[in-house]
Amino acid sequence: MPTTVTPVRTSNLSYAIVRGKLRNGLRIVVLPDATSPVVAVAVYYDVGMRSEPEGRTGFAHLFEHLMFQGSASLAKSEHFSYVQGSGGVLNGSTHVDYTNYYEVLPSNATELAMFLEADRMRSVSLTLENLQNQVAVVQNEIRVNVQNRPYGGFPWLQMPPVLFDSFANSHDGYGSFVDLEAATLEDAQSFFDRYYAPGNAVLAVAGDVDPDQVLAWAKQHFGDIPARTVPKAPAFTEPPLTAERRAVVEDRLAPAPAVALAWRTPNPKDLATYLPFVVLAEVLTDGDAARLQERLLLKDRTATSVGGYLGIMGDPLDARDPTPLLIEVHHAPDVPVETIIATVDEEIARLASDGLEQDEVTRTVARMVARFLRDVDPVLGRATHAAVYEQQRGRAELLNELPGLLAAVTAAQVQKAAATLRTDNRAVLELRGASA
Amino acid sequence: MNNGMNNVRTVPSLAPNKPMKVPTVADTTLDNGLRLLTVRRPGVPLVELRLRVPFAAPKGKGGAVHVARATLLTDTLLAGTSQRNASQIAIDLQSLGGMLGASADADRLAFSGSVLSGGLPGLLSLLAEVLTDASYPKREVEGERDRLVQELAIHRSSPGVIAREHLMARMYGDHPYALDLPSAEDVADVKAKQLRALHIDRIVPAGSILTLVGDITPAKAKGLVEKAFAAWTATTKAVKTPSAPPQPGRRALLVDRPGAVQTTLRFGGAAPTRADDDYAAASLANLVFGGYFSSRWVSNIREDKGYTYSPHSGIDHPLAGSRLVAGADVATGVTAPALLESLYELGRMATVPVGQDELDQARRYAIGTLALSTASQAGLSGLVSQLAGSGQDITWLRTHVAALQTVTVEDVLAASARWLAPSVLTPVFVGDSAVIADSLRALVDLETA
Repeated sequence: MPTTVTPVRTSNLSYAIVRGKLRNGLRIVVLPDATSPVVAVAVYYDVGMRSEPEGRTGFAHLFEHLMFQGSASLAKSEHFSYVQGSGGVLNGSTHVDYTNYYEVLPSNATELAMFLEADRMRSVSLTLENLQNQVAVVQNEIRVNVQNRPYGGFPWLQMPPVLFDSFANSHDGYGSFVDLEAATLEDAQSFFDRYYAPGNAVLAVAGDVDPDQVLAWAKQHFGDIPARTVPKAPAFTEPPLTAERRAVVEDRLAPAPAVALAWRTPNPKDLATYLPFVVLAEVLTDGDAARLQERLLLKDRTATSVGGYLGIMGDPLDARDPTPLLIEVHHAPDVPVETIIATVDEEIARLASDGLEQDEVTRTVARMVARFLRDVDPVLGRATHAAVYEQQRGRAELLNELPGLLAAVTAAQVQKAAATLRTDNRAVLELRGASA
Repeated sequence: MNNGMNNVRTVPSLAPNKPMKVPTVADTTLDNGLRLLTVRRPGVPLVELRLRVPFAAPKGKGGAVHVARATLLTDTLLAGTSQRNASQIAIDLQSLGGMLGASADADRLAFSGSVLSGGLPGLLSLLAEVLTDASYPKREVEGERDRLVQELAIHRSSPGVIAREHLMARMYGDHPYALDLPSAEDVADVKAKQLRALHIDRIVPAGSILTLVGDITPAKAKGLVEKAFAAWTATTKAVKTPSAPPQPGRRALLVDRPGAVQTTLRFGGAAPTRADDDYAAASLANLVFGGYFSSRWVSNIREDKGYTYSPHSGIDHPLAGSRLVAGADVATGVTAPALLESLYELGRMATVPVGQDELDQARRYAIGTLALSTASQAGLSGLVSQLAGSGQDITWLRTHVAALQTVTVEDVLAASARWLAPSVLTPVFVGDSAVIADSLRALVDLETA
């Protein structure tokens, strides 16, 4: 069906980007914008769940919690009270390839936020009492997000062991309770020493700031943190699957079944090859006009929800190789899972053999760009995107360039990407609910 | 292990505060009665759209039927018009770089969307077409109805939803605020023609508020909206939400969830509206108790004792009466100790003055985060729309900041005694009854579901 409205053209963004680098290796990206008197400060450390040692599943995330427990100049809870007492908000999160920490505040608190980040990068306080307390907090986080809720961890914690082989790629990044309880202060200190070096971090500051002033504050507060050896980024790459893999999880809390299908994609570093896969996921699953939605929800009415995305945690451009394309379908108990899988296969095969009109790609990209713009309108979205692009690609400018790169993806490229999603190189994870 | 305690530095002080910028909102009412609020906020080339239509549910059994129909209506509003079918609408939305969704609660029907600014005329035409000509095709309604029944079962398997449904039922009785979600039985009874009738009867421009924020000038917005919405002329009178019952604090309820590894603990009660004299004091009291990370509740049951991950207390503003809901998901084995600490912190708020430093910190947080909430297109449009929906305008921000600045320790004590005392709150627990019931009974008079 052709569109009855004229597709809206998109164009690149033009945010100013100022860079700096300290002698200890800390990289700095500043994105000045005086529209509102607010600022986002984000620090990205180049270490995530994939780098935690065997026997210490969940350690990268546990360590993220410890970074909030005080540092040489700040007692426990003072990091929070300084940020919130300045009218700001804060958080941190752990991903497969990075751990981030951020504050969003009125811009008169910019230097304060930078000081707080510098203090814990220089001298985090690691105590046994805080470690034990945060193990208990993290266990409750896992209970509330995974164990005590239906579909907890589906598929983001349950798919990696099916799709991948190495410990780095396949283990549970939230962690087993046994491993969490085995964590020691020595583990924490060596993790900090190894991965939280200034040369392993990117500092991004976006909002109502003067870039020269930000670079001066960076030098003042971070400049005397001693340089340490930065670990070489390990290669986590795994070769493509050569046969289908299948697994089943039982979820006694889930009232209805679900299924996830996953394929290994090309290396995200090579955007020209990778972006067609990002667009493909949207062609398949973004809204009622997408292939799988239209087929499974509107036509066949066999599914209750359909989703699809790249990256195990849902962001296609924040992870290195390897990364999956995932399709997730929830369906009624009386619809056999094989029917769902066969229908997904059929739609992908149709896309691979018949291709698609450029118009379908153009409209899909129009909404992808709109969603991206919405993500980077807040200063925090701008700081976090710029930081991860700088860290993983040395290219904060991707923030401005992504709309144009998406618009350049062709129907032929999407068709070619679809042809690589075969039944013999994918992983299938079936979730059986209480009714099964 | 401490990394260089000799590294103690002096924390820099804050630079002078920049004055709060209250955005300029162009406020106009069209000939058909639709109110249009526009804020020009260039930045990214997008426009955010919010539309609120008064959609109150009646009391009693009629309320349950209304909620079931309203829920299915929001799910099928975009399922077709006489001009476009569901797929065509979806395709056109994508082409515009647009997102559009609808939701309903016991007060209003709300559309929320955004669009590439070049697509705004197209999005407004599409929305107007849906408002005046949604056809609720039988096949789409029946398909969506079956899907909704399954989705409701999935929602109701989540402990947070179970707790909320019980809490709302206990607080509101036969008032429609008790009905967060429709029952599967009521949904299964809904017919397409009932949705068409409900639409004609209730989706009217008078009393509705359209908010546009982004890369658009008010003059241009007015022209586009007048042109697109000229045919929306329905004249039925909007219905008001019935007044909500008082909240005296009801007996605690335990809902059994055998084998649960956590207990889902919730407290509910009344709260002042944004227009009430003690709202600023109550909102600061809420912050000090459990409304942000640097609160007593988080410090106690998370950072000191490790009973939970995410305790939080907040005030929200349904039209017929604001309310306070506080919640924490605590490990099953420490349910009673977590309740003990929670009652202690609530009781302390209600009977002992807070520290001046605690109050000042909460005050700075409240004022600063107001500035953050207006800093993005999406945040600002939500705020403008919500304020308008409850009868305030954007200048309320300035009034509220002034009120926050004058709140005293005594004001917080009075507000806490009124709104946070354990005796005025209704507790609900969802958890493994066999493990937690006896120890909970040591602390509260417990009823079981």
